[in-house]
Amino acid sequence: MADRYVLAVDQGTTSTRSLVFDRGGRMVAVRQREHRQHFPRPGWVEHDPMEIWANTQRTCAQVLADVSGRGDVVALGIANQRETTVVWERDTGRPITRALVWQDTRTDELVSELAARPDAGLVAERSGMAIAGYFAGPRLRWILDRVPRARERAERGELLFGTMETWLIWNLTGGPDGGVHVTDVTNASRTLLMDVRTCRWDAGLLAFFGIPAAMLPEIRPSVGVLGVATALSPALPIAGALGDQQAALFGQACFAPGEAKCTYGTGSFLLQNTGTELVRTRSGSISTVAYQLAGEPVHYALEGSVAVAGALVQWLRDGLGLIGSAPEVETLARTVSDNGGCYVVPAFSGLLAPHWRGEARGLVAGLTSYVTKGHLARAVLEATGWQTRDVVQAMAADSGLSLPALRVDGGMTTNNLLMQFVADALDTPVVRPMVGETVSLGAAYAAGLAVGVWSDVEALRRNWHRAAQWTPSPDRAQALTAEYPTWERAVQLSIAWGAP
Amino acid sequence: MSHSAHCATNPSDGLASVAVPGSVQSIERAAAILQVVAGSGGSLGVTDISEAVGLAKTTTHSLLRTLLLVGFVEQDRATGRYALGTGLLRLGAHLDVNELRARSSNWSDALAARSGHAVRLATLVGGEVVVVHHVFRPDDSAQVLEVGDVLPPTTALGKVLRAHSHPHTGHRPPAGAAVSTAELAEVRARGWATEQGEYEAGLGGLAAPVRGAGGLVVAALGVSGPRSSLFDARGLPRSPLLAMVTDAAHAVSRELGHGSG
Repeated sequence: MADRYVLAVDQGTTSTRSLVFDRGGRMVAVRQREHRQHFPRPGWVEHDPMEIWANTQRTCAQVLADVSGRGDVVALGIANQRETTVVWERDTGRPITRALVWQDTRTDELVSELAARPDAGLVAERSGMAIAGYFAGPRLRWILDRVPRARERAERGELLFGTMETWLIWNLTGGPDGGVHVTDVTNASRTLLMDVRTCRWDAGLLAFFGIPAAMLPEIRPSVGVLGVATALSPALPIAGALGDQQAALFGQACFAPGEAKCTYGTGSFLLQNTGTELVRTRSGSISTVAYQLAGEPVHYALEGSVAVAGALVQWLRDGLGLIGSAPEVETLARTVSDNGGCYVVPAFSGLLAPHWRGEARGLVAGLTSYVTKGHLARAVLEATGWQTRDVVQAMAADSGLSLPALRVDGGMTTNNLLMQFVADALDTPVVRPMVGETVSLGAAYAAGLAVGVWSDVEALRRNWHRAAQWTPSPDRAQALTAEYPTWERAVQLSIAWGAP
Repeated sequence: MSHSAHCATNPSDGLASVAVPGSVQSIERAAAILQVVAGSGGSLGVTDISEAVGLAKTTTHSLLRTLLLVGFVEQDRATGRYALGTGLLRLGAHLDVNELRARSSNWSDALAARSGHAVRLATLVGGEVVVVHHVFRPDDSAQVLEVGDVLPPTTALGKVLRAHSHPHTGHRPPAGAAVSTAELAEVRARGWATEQGEYEAGLGGLAAPVRGAGGLVVAALGVSGPRSSLFDARGLPRSPLLAMVTDAAHAVSRELGHGSG
């Protein structure tokens, strides 16, 4: 019998990637295509949904050709950039405007107005998340307000709304010709329009944001058949969809309460599974939907997003020219044995979790003539470690769950100095899995689970293998706990510096 | 392919006659040619160059041929004119070990996942075989990250590095290597090295060279595990495994720019 393979599409912020995985969870083939970033005004970030759809078709066809004759591809799973908002015409499939990307800040003013309303408390109470421009709902409202005739057309049922997975699934299943209009529960939870307990669109929230229900997709579990991708050859069942960070949690096999992963990319995203009970947060992490298997209760997670992690190393390379490539930061940092009293707080455009202080601005603290570029490089890496500790502490306070180990992925995990620092700063083992493509693997797992490539999540857990582990040193952990208040002081300074 | 000393100036070809004590004439002449070519800002023909450095055209031609071989000049196929070669640019570009790890990571992970064995990438640092990257054996047993550890030269990784180390590469060979020159010659010829209990009884290893953009061996990539799972009864590497190791080493070499230009 031929091997059974699963196709995954990772529709990301800069590119669309199609990957094929085997039953062992090993990557068999990959194709990738970048799309244009449109910046029409300061703070505005847009993508062309038609370009992304074309890239999806093209990379899927390529990767399916790559593996043809080697195995049977039996299902498709999708992971996508979260909160990016598309509105298109039901009859033609034409978007009425370019997609508003999650990094877009044009709704800041609108969000301030909405947040000032007396009934604004409803948003946090029902959606589980504080009202913020980060989420999709305010972007949809902006489109309805600003694109001519959008609202009346939406009310008449002529327009459809979706995040990226919804847009792709609708097109894959036929588009104007019978396309399935669905979203997965993790993506729906990032709109501020869904009741986080019932996992249905909430009439009160729709009224608050002024969104016509007629344009909304049906909310479906993350794991389960959503439709048939007739646009592909061969046609495949679309059997899984997840927001990218939730997909990484799934790909890292964090299925038990307490299990957590952190993806170290441009920013860092830490998600901890909290089980089937929603955790009310007070300490700066946010509660989000982790995943849902068809016919089972929703699993929740705590999430801590940090805006600047790898981006700080890029700044060291491009902004300061101290290194020629990102990995060289470790070489430079190893020219010294400590940070020389130097701290870098990378609040380039404010601080996200757990501080949520948009006004904070970056700073370098503790400069003396003793400090060299080596100390600066070390402080840059340590900033990512300290920020991970900030988030983990906030989550521990909210969930009361201990963190047995932190599973990591992303480009920065090849940096041994950083990974050891994270282990010491958290006093927790840090482990890296064999398959670094956790986002697309998570999408493949979701789809494969739905069609029986894997029997249950325990089978997925058996696929997870440790490629490396960084074990905390008790002495270093103690020393870093003693040093942590100094970092916290630097953070407070960065907030004070940016305060009006 | 082999990159050995015959590319550099060699006393036996008559170009290295010593003019003044402490000064090698052919190197002085080659340096003068490089300065002329660099100073032209573009490309020059052999006649222009021989006139500029005041040498016979045949002598200039011989020197240019050697400079061409080592990549210090390049010759336009259509015009026959000479320009500075990319080999000169790479002289100043040292391959950072952390960069090496980052760029090999995808391929070394895949090698471990497919082979079921622990994977190490090693390079020579001051004549020692140093582990740059280590991927655990994918069985979730307790293992310790060995990045930065020094391995003995009798490991498969050590043999690959020693077989390809040469003074003109800037790499000193691993010290105290109890490996025969015949074995090292074989490692060079066939493109991989084995270790069958030399370092630790019962332990086996299989490694292949990783080449940088200029073609020099910059690292060795290999698997290690129980000798019996790597080799058959005759001591030959099990064939799917050997292909996995050499394919992964080629893939990392391609990632580093080898064979792309």
